[in-house]
Amino acid sequence: MVLHELIDYSTLKMIWWLLLGVLLIGFAVTDGFDMGVGTLLPFVAETDLERRVAINTIGPTWEGNQVWFILGGGAIFAAWPPLYAISFSGFYLAMFVVLAAMILRPVAFKYRSKRPDPAWRSAWDWALFVGSAVPALVFGVAVGNVLLGVPFTLDTDLRMTYEGSFFGLFTPFTLMCGVLSLAMLVMHGGAWLSLRADGPVADGGRLFGSAAAVLVLVLFALGGWFVMDGAIPGYRIVSEVDPNMPANPLWTEVAREPGAWMQNYAAHPVLWLAPALGFLGTIGALIGLQTRFEALTFVSSKFAVFGIISTVGVSMFPFLLPSSVQPDASLTVWDAASSHATLFNMLVATVIFLPIVLVYTAWVYKVLWGKVDEQSIERDKDTAY
Amino acid sequence: MELDVVGLSRLQFAMTALYHFLFVPLTLGLSILLAIMETVYVMTGREIWKRMVKFWGTLFGINFVLGVATGLTMEFQFGMNWAYFSQYVGDVFGAPLAIEGLMAFFLEATFVGLFFFGWDKLSKRQHLGATWAMALGTNFSALWILIANGWMQHPVGAMFNPDTMRMEVTSFYEVLFNPVAQAKFVHTVSAGYVTAAMFVLGVSAWYMLKDRHMEVAKRSMAVAAAFGFASALSVVVLGDESGYEANLNQKMKLATIEAMWHTEPAPAAFNVVAWPDMEKRENLFAIEVPYVMGLIATRSLDEEIPGIHELVEQSKDKIRQGAIAWDALQKIRDNPKDVDPAVRETFIQNQHTLGYAYLLLPFTDEPLKATNEQIDAAAWSAVPEVWPMFYAFRIMVACGLFFILLTAVFFYLSSAGKLDTLHRDRRWLLHVAVWSIPLPWIACEMGWFVAEYGRQPWIIEGMLPTSAAASNLAVWEVLLTLAGFVILYSTLLVIEVSLLLKYIRKGPDEERTPDAAPAAPMPRTLPVAAE
Ligand code: HDD
Ligand code: HEM
Ligand code: HEM
Repeated sequence: MVLHELIDYSTLKMIWWLLLGVLLIGFAVTDGFDMGVGTLLPFVAETDLERRVAINTIGPTWEGNQVWFILGGGAIFAAWPPLYAISFSGFYLAMFVVLAAMILRPVAFKYRSKRPDPAWRSAWDWALFVGSAVPALVFGVAVGNVLLGVPFTLDTDLRMTYEGSFFGLFTPFTLMCGVLSLAMLVMHGGAWLSLRADGPVADGGRLFGSAAAVLVLVLFALGGWFVMDGAIPGYRIVSEVDPNMPANPLWTEVAREPGAWMQNYAAHPVLWLAPALGFLGTIGALIGLQTRFEALTFVSSKFAVFGIISTVGVSMFPFLLPSSVQPDASLTVWDAASSHATLFNMLVATVIFLPIVLVYTAWVYKVLWGKVDEQSIERDKDTAY
Repeated sequence: MELDVVGLSRLQFAMTALYHFLFVPLTLGLSILLAIMETVYVMTGREIWKRMVKFWGTLFGINFVLGVATGLTMEFQFGMNWAYFSQYVGDVFGAPLAIEGLMAFFLEATFVGLFFFGWDKLSKRQHLGATWAMALGTNFSALWILIANGWMQHPVGAMFNPDTMRMEVTSFYEVLFNPVAQAKFVHTVSAGYVTAAMFVLGVSAWYMLKDRHMEVAKRSMAVAAAFGFASALSVVVLGDESGYEANLNQKMKLATIEAMWHTEPAPAAFNVVAWPDMEKRENLFAIEVPYVMGLIATRSLDEEIPGIHELVEQSKDKIRQGAIAWDALQKIRDNPKDVDPAVRETFIQNQHTLGYAYLLLPFTDEPLKATNEQIDAAAWSAVPEVWPMFYAFRIMVACGLFFILLTAVFFYLSSAGKLDTLHRDRRWLLHVAVWSIPLPWIACEMGWFVAEYGRQPWIIEGMLPTSAAASNLAVWEVLLTLAGFVILYSTLLVIEVSLLLKYIRKGPDEERTPDAAPAAPMPRTLPVAAE
């Protein structure tokens, strides 16, 4: 017997779908703080010292957090190669915009405080803003497009052609998703600042975080209404599904129909927990921010992010990337995975390394925990950003 | 190279990769040097070593972030520009990339934060542990990415699956323990160590010439000379290992490196200088050293090394066989569920040459009916331009030999206790060290050029041609992003070099000497981070 046959192919596909969720949520929860703080930077902090307070709350850890994003890319490549190929080449220019923005971020963190010149510093502050807000927005727009279906076709060699355009990505629905994603991360960043910063910066975090939380509630509800009302069509597999089938996206038949994104909830009402968590988390964060109940804020904003992202996941399951122009080419969990052996090998690697990563990351957070205020910046002026 | 989507994508990939590799080697080597210096600090408890770690650490940090920033682009470009490649080999190629993230990037990126921010929050030993973890992380990352890259040079442990129309892994073990990947790893990592050693050596020499920061400069130079000498030896010895592996697996690459048009009786001569002509398919001029090539490439006196003409003849046979595989694949593809088992059998018999059929597609739509002229054209299209390979390789080798010489001299001087007086007795040597700072970067870029351009026209050696691998993008889209990257990257490079120079000029913090009195006082609200 070959080792990888220890676990069924279809089970491995499910596990990797869950792990994909873990990675995306890991990214949004950890790097989400950094993007939220970066977006808020010009608004919550005025003087240079205040800005340094805001930046240094995330200074030592943003780099590790960003690896969730990189790992997301790598894991999609390894576990869902067609998804990697089609989404990144299809969203080519949008990806370029995201990359260009994200390239600015590390540089801005590191170089900002290397010169005293106020113009230099303010330029890097805006770079941090762009590097945080633009990806947050574009990721949401991308998710919106995925929900709608993406205009790509596959030929029998599985060569992909994208028939949309860059500006076609921006429709009212997708823009709404973009703003929702930005608001969610701003709420999350605001929560972080209220915990880790002090004085006016923490106050700013509370103010903007609360406003963002209200926006999240409205937009998340609105998005749900779009989907439930059938204004946004969903997709459904209409052919017989063999979860152990070889990964060839053309082998399943798919229909595009209104309301299809609600099917899973009808079949498994327990899934309503996901959107419920999204709402409750957001409300909890709002209350926590307003009453300065720090533990509540801290936990709730994470649950909010978790709930909102998993709502998208469970609504679409088993779809990963539906095609709006050739629905049969849609990528699903069953027909777009890597081979049995690769999924197994990657699972072994994940089971070994992910716990180790989580342990040392937690340790590093613990070592660096504590409020950052103007005195601590003065005290650590050799080491702080 | 044509400026179509494939050509532009190649240009963009080459540009972003070469740019990423401006920062990578210094990160690889300097992280180890920092760990070594800090180990000395913890063992001896002498403050000066801590100041050295902090000073070189500042330069490390300025370089490191650009490595991170440009690495981001690399991670996503396979999907953006090489969609068919990603679809075709993601099953094999994606895994090392993902494991790199899990095992290496998390480690380096998490501990780099502690390295800079943890001085006051950790005990000495804990901080040392963080520094070593960071150094280990960067080196693991090189390991995994080179396993991925080694697989493109020598695709082992995988087979084409006609049902999913892609390569799938048959032995993960073979992919991991690919001999090409191992040779590349050792060579590339040593190249990084040499780069950092030459950098530290050169900057220290500059301080000596200015008679500044002598204590830090002397110690740094001693460490760099020893580390550099060992690494320079390793890069050359293990470069030879790369040559040996290239001969086993990529004979065409070796033949173009040597501008060897015809098989020579063993042992082959080494061309020192040559003028290869792609039209006439011969060297118009060459200076040879007898025997040397045969020895390097085959480690024997009686094995022949095949020349370009002979290799082209061999690939013609593979193209004919590949056409049969291709034809069978079309039949399976169009009728996957109930194709004649004999067709599947034909495919399996010939599938190892499938890639060669793709070489024919630019010349004919029906590979099985290709004429001899078409096969000839396809076979010759698989020869990279010879002269760039030939000279790029020689520049790298010349640099390698020079590094051994230079680091050996400094190593000797340092062992003999003569570093104190260098700035009086042998100023010219210090000047040489300063001016040599850029050379390792040149050698590294040449090395990647040889490895990657020499793989052309294959994106995966013998399996998938580069021309078939690109995404279906519009020319203007790729032009736009290429221009965007050029502008963004050039700006960042100027900023990083100016910051490096600023901090080199500023030098390490001095506790005693008066020349390092604090700079003009800053306004209270704008303190400069000195980290
Ligand atoms: C031999 C070494 C080597 C090679 C060939 C490459 N890299 Fe690299 N990479 C590194 C060695 C490295 C490093 C030394 O580990 C870096 C450089 C600076 C740094 O921060 O880490 C890094 C950073 C780095 C990062 C940021 C990691 C982080 O956030 O810590 C990514 C995503 C990549 N690389 C991806 C790639 C890809 C997709 C490559 C192939 C095309 C590639 N690198 C070639
Ligand atoms: C950072 C070090 C690297 C450098 C400097 C480098 C350099 C280059 C160059 C010069 C080319 C263009 C060749 C040509 O088109 O003529 C190229 C292409 C390419 N390289 Fe690398 N490379 C590096 C690492 C890697 C690694 C580690 C991988 C894979 C894991 C890789 C994959 C590719 C791919 C997919 C292409 C595009 C297709 C092609 O032109 O062959 N490269 N690289
Ligand atoms: C006598 C000295 C050297 C020899 C014989 C040598 C040989 C080689 C060979 C044959 C390759 C191509 C491997 C392939 O095709 O995959 C290569 C690549 C490379 N070389 Fe060298 N090399 C030497 C010195 C150096 C030096 C001094 C440096 C830098 C400091 C360097 C950096 C590189 C790099 C970065 C690559 C690309 C990565 C790789 O393919 O391993 N080399 N070298």
